[in-house]
Amino acid sequence: MKHLIYATGLVLATQAAAETPVLTIYTYDSFATEWGPGPQLETAFEEACGCDVNFVTVGDGAALLSRLRLEGESTEADIVLGLDTNLTAAAHETGLFAPHEVSADYDLPIEWTDDLFVPFDWGYFAFIGQDGAPQPANFRALAESDQRVLIQDPRSSTPGLGLLLWVKAAYGDEAPAIWEELSDNIVTVTPGWSEAYGMFLDGEGDLVLSYTTSPAYHIIAEDDATKVALPFEEGHYMQVEVAGMVAGTDQPELAKSFLDFLVSDTAQGVLPTTNWMYPAVSPEGGLPDGFDGLIEPSKALLLAPEEVAQTRNEALEEWRNALSR
Amino acid sequence: MAALGVAMLLLGPLGAVLWRAGGAGMPSPADWAALRFTVMQAALSAILSCGLAIPVARALARRRFAGRQALILLMGAPFILPVIVAIAGLLAIFGRNGLLNQGLALIGLERIDVFGLHGILLAHVFFNLPLAVRLLLEGWRGIPTERFRLAAQLDMPPGAMFRLIEWPMLRQRVPGILAVIFAVCLSSFAVVLILGGGPAATTVELAIYQAFSFDFDLGKAAVLSALQLGIVAGAAGLALVLARGRGMGGGLDRPVQRWDGGPWAARGDAAWIALTAVFIVTPLILVLVQGGATLLSMPLLVWQAAGVSILVALGSTLVAVPLAFALALPRRDVVEGVGLITLAASPLVLGTGMFLLIRPFAFPGNHVLVITSIVNAAMALPFVLRAISPELRAIEADYGRLADSLGMTGWARMRWLILPRLRRSLGFGAGLCAALSMGDLGVIALFPPPDAATLPLQIYRLMGSYQIEAAAGGSLLLTFLCFGLFFAFDRMGRDADT
Repeated sequence: MKHLIYATGLVLATQAAAETPVLTIYTYDSFATEWGPGPQLETAFEEACGCDVNFVTVGDGAALLSRLRLEGESTEADIVLGLDTNLTAAAHETGLFAPHEVSADYDLPIEWTDDLFVPFDWGYFAFIGQDGAPQPANFRALAESDQRVLIQDPRSSTPGLGLLLWVKAAYGDEAPAIWEELSDNIVTVTPGWSEAYGMFLDGEGDLVLSYTTSPAYHIIAEDDATKVALPFEEGHYMQVEVAGMVAGTDQPELAKSFLDFLVSDTAQGVLPTTNWMYPAVSPEGGLPDGFDGLIEPSKALLLAPEEVAQTRNEALEEWRNALSR
Repeated sequence: MAALGVAMLLLGPLGAVLWRAGGAGMPSPADWAALRFTVMQAALSAILSCGLAIPVARALARRRFAGRQALILLMGAPFILPVIVAIAGLLAIFGRNGLLNQGLALIGLERIDVFGLHGILLAHVFFNLPLAVRLLLEGWRGIPTERFRLAAQLDMPPGAMFRLIEWPMLRQRVPGILAVIFAVCLSSFAVVLILGGGPAATTVELAIYQAFSFDFDLGKAAVLSALQLGIVAGAAGLALVLARGRGMGGGLDRPVQRWDGGPWAARGDAAWIALTAVFIVTPLILVLVQGGATLLSMPLLVWQAAGVSILVALGSTLVAVPLAFALALPRRDVVEGVGLITLAASPLVLGTGMFLLIRPFAFPGNHVLVITSIVNAAMALPFVLRAISPELRAIEADYGRLADSLGMTGWARMRWLILPRLRRSLGFGAGLCAALSMGDLGVIALFPPPDAATLPLQIYRLMGSYQIEAAAGGSLLLTFLCFGLFFAFDRMGRDADT
């Protein structure tokens, strides 16, 4: 019986493959939901390629890399989409990715040289608050103020890790002191972005760690201009999201053309109002309206991918010690 | 057999993760600190919940008042409330802009801060006190009314009555309830982190997540998970050793009537009941108020997810209830212990292990709903077991010899003795299981299917896409459905004795 099932599956799979090639893309959950960029990108790319795009989703960027490592070379992924520069060094080490050969006129605050990963969107981390409320202009001023801050846990959340590296990149050896001063401002540490942001909207804190682009969502989708991002003088830490082609893919041509598509005008135009991040290549029509009023940080902070692991462990230890008292 | 199956379900995935890791990994000092904190908060939560539940259950057991049945029914509610909903409800009272702080500000007092160990305990007592009350009430119900009648005839003072009649019952039930609450709180993750207020309140589950996702140290994740299992196994063992005692003796099933307690005791009972009712009902009302307006304007996807969730919940119940019955039937301590430790299994390790086991044969993403049903059933198993097992033991202890002497065995014994007397507990257990499975995010978060979702997953997706309002509506719908399923099953059990 079992053999019959396998055989049937095999026959069906072969037939399907003979008809339309399937491009399997591993991504994080919110990318492929109804509100994320996934469905629009899928439709647009399928029109051009005559193929079938199949999204396979896991929780977040870190889980994405874990899944790939679990599967190793037997993975069915052709493309992995949604890692960020905090994960690319570890992703390089797996040896599971192939060079991309994509070239584009990137609109990033940093120079892009990674030969395995294509950046598709990016953003700055920032504290979001209510318009008209006090706006500390740096971490020290924030620590001295009585503003109540909601942050995410760096061990389980991408923005949480971003904040950890932000403080470390801006203050180096002084980072532990900054955390100690901040500790009485921190209301709580949530496991993920959603919990913190939800609590902020419920008035549980004055500020929440998110992205500089968050106010754009409230302006565009809710016509609400009362949420603002606070510009910090130290500069803002960045997140750059990337995609890469799996070396063992059975659809190398299709995968390459998808990566080209990802930095094309069509795809880049979809990202700002679905993923609420800046496009890696400015689309021809420019950015949507709500994006022009956003703050532009004076300085972009980003650790080199190969420094992340070492710095992260050190900073995590400091963070835990400072906040555990 | 059933016990072996459950043990395989737990240890198989753990073994698979260890095998894939190529060996164990050593926990770091920070992990040990997390372990100590986890055990400490779980023990405190269990003692507080159970300690407070005893006077409340006693008050409910010996008083009759209008709305008593409704209150007992509502006692099932907090425990099955989805975590995110419950946290929102508690913050609406105890948070910075909550009712309590608004009240304090009105009379010029300083605001209180809910975040910290006390916040964790508050939430855990909110979840588990009502559960403990329900489980203890079953115990009180098991004491034949003839005993109280005799005590009244002998003019027994309240102290003696407690010592001779109620204490033996408590001695039998409380250790098991303590163990189950301890196990629930041990694997509590979001509540502890959010209400704990910082990394000092780190649980083992977060350390497992960190080992897995951050460091990709599968060996360490497996070791931490095994430690957690070991601790709960220890607690279960201890509970079973302490929970000695015999049945309460048979009776004629007449309605319980009690003559003890003067006016002071009555006032005390009324106070316990009123306090508990306020503590439990207020957050529920606030959840309703907050989500009410959004309920009508939800995207279709939310309704579809609700349908999927109902199927998953019913599937879990169909697996868990017969399994719990099979585990409870032999009335063997070890077998029941196996049932308890499923609570301590890390969903992350369980999910990853199942992924590794299934992956060579099929693509786990395609069967995620079945996997979720089974894992949720395993997670709910201990509660079903706790609901039916003491009852089953009591039935056998009190009526077993009579049934033996009548030669009632096999199906006849089941049909005429066990099932009718167990029906109430079975209904309660099945209700708990369905509601828990419905409300739990569970392993589906590890393999979220892009084209389908359970309601909790859909709520997280909405929250992650800034759709906070729709998420609130979804949470309310989830709450209604959890209660609906729970009440429906609980009702089925109750109809038995009317």
